[in-house]
Amino acid sequence: MIATIAAKELKQLFGSPLAWITLGVLQGILAWLFLNQVDAFLGLQAQLSLLVNPPGVTEMVVAPLYWATALLLLAITPILAMRLIAEERRNHTLPLLFSAPVSLRDIVLGKFFGLWIFLCLIVILATLMAFSLRMGGQLDMGLLLANQAGIVLLAACLAALGLYFSALTAHPAVAAISSIGASLGLWLLDIVTKDLGLWHALSLLWHFERISRGFLNSADIAYFLLFILTFLTLAARRLDQDRVCG
Amino acid sequence: MAELLPSLRARNLSRCYGKRMALEALDLELHPGEVMGLLGQNGAGKSTTMRMLTGNLAPGSGSIEVCGIDLCKNPEAAKMHLGYLPEIPPLYQEMTVSGFLRLAASLHRVPKSGMTVAVAQTLQRCDLTGVSKRLIGNLSKGYRQRVGIAQAIIHSPAVVILDEPTAGLDPLQIREIRALIAELGRSHSVILSTHFLPEAEALCNRVLILRRGRTVFSGQVSDLLKQCTDDTLEDCFVRLTGQGNAT
Repeated sequence: MIATIAAKELKQLFGSPLAWITLGVLQGILAWLFLNQVDAFLGLQAQLSLLVNPPGVTEMVVAPLYWATALLLLAITPILAMRLIAEERRNHTLPLLFSAPVSLRDIVLGKFFGLWIFLCLIVILATLMAFSLRMGGQLDMGLLLANQAGIVLLAACLAALGLYFSALTAHPAVAAISSIGASLGLWLLDIVTKDLGLWHALSLLWHFERISRGFLNSADIAYFLLFILTFLTLAARRLDQDRVCG
Repeated sequence: MAELLPSLRARNLSRCYGKRMALEALDLELHPGEVMGLLGQNGAGKSTTMRMLTGNLAPGSGSIEVCGIDLCKNPEAAKMHLGYLPEIPPLYQEMTVSGFLRLAASLHRVPKSGMTVAVAQTLQRCDLTGVSKRLIGNLSKGYRQRVGIAQAIIHSPAVVILDEPTAGLDPLQIREIRALIAELGRSHSVILSTHFLPEAEALCNRVLILRRGRTVFSGQVSDLLKQCTDDTLEDCFVRLTGQGNAT
């Protein structure tokens, strides 16, 4: 049932211009940033070779590319997630799912996976660009994999957060703005609260930064997984309120 | 009929919205092959009843059994035997008719092997074959209503619940939808709500009349006419629901 709902979400996305425009525009921006970064790396290569332990192409080009992808995901995920439940509520299509033999858990997970798979597609396109560097040199596969893991987990967090805000309202725009506010807040928590350990640990940026530097720490992965689980559970509970409160 | 297991049984069903009692102690039993009309003025509790019977709204108290399965305790198993058309049909405008019916079929756990047959049969049954490749958003209201009914019957459920299926349609469309409901009544148990009383009289074996959330009559139309000593169902309806200042 999760697969059915996820497939439905993906079909709806690709059936509208939204998915294609998003993929096209993001790919354009990322390609431009990527080429800029490659250019800068080539310019610096002579100076870098003088260093004892110079940063490689993965550190200089690929990691910034994933950073840029992360920032773009932060901006577009709330817009893609806003329609997931809010639009169904607005168009009165939720009874189709509620009357079918499908649990709330399956509805929430189906919608979550539908969006996450789409976000992963954006990451895959960025990764293909990174792989093109292999034509001219060596990539640090460990660092690349850590970056991929970080961004895929970050995308899942943003999708879960967006889904929760979409479950709160019948107005997609309200869902999007609340979700942008919450994601940015959780992102910036790191900058605003430099010295406070606990607040620091709640920041999405802080955990993402650690993974993207190549440290695949179980604490960071646990943070991401707990984050996803919390917001998916809250979304399911909010959907249940529709049934209980009418 | 009485010895058969009822397709749908509701006992002492109640529901409040805040302090307002929307439905009070409703008892309902529907047997295979029966068509029951749910009648009442606007706000009498018809849609609330239907939403509860289909698992879209949690009952305040009482129990619902679909084919002997408790809807509250085992919702997924019970919903396999239910088909529901809400007042506003739950349709995805950007999908094609056949694509949408495929989705409805897989949500209702129609096995993959039987899906093509189920979709083709339902398209034919609801006279939708000619528009199967069109987008739902481009269809007329009558066709959209048919698609709504099609999604409710695609999995051949034991109980079909239709909330005002003919509201807002033109006379010709009403006639077609009514013929479809009459046909459904032969193979499924059907509950339908309507404001059009001759429709209820023509289609339903039994009627249940609600007034401000309370059942004022439940039984056969002929019994109601005898009881009220009126000539038409409309007169009985006005007598039963119009007393006092009904809202």
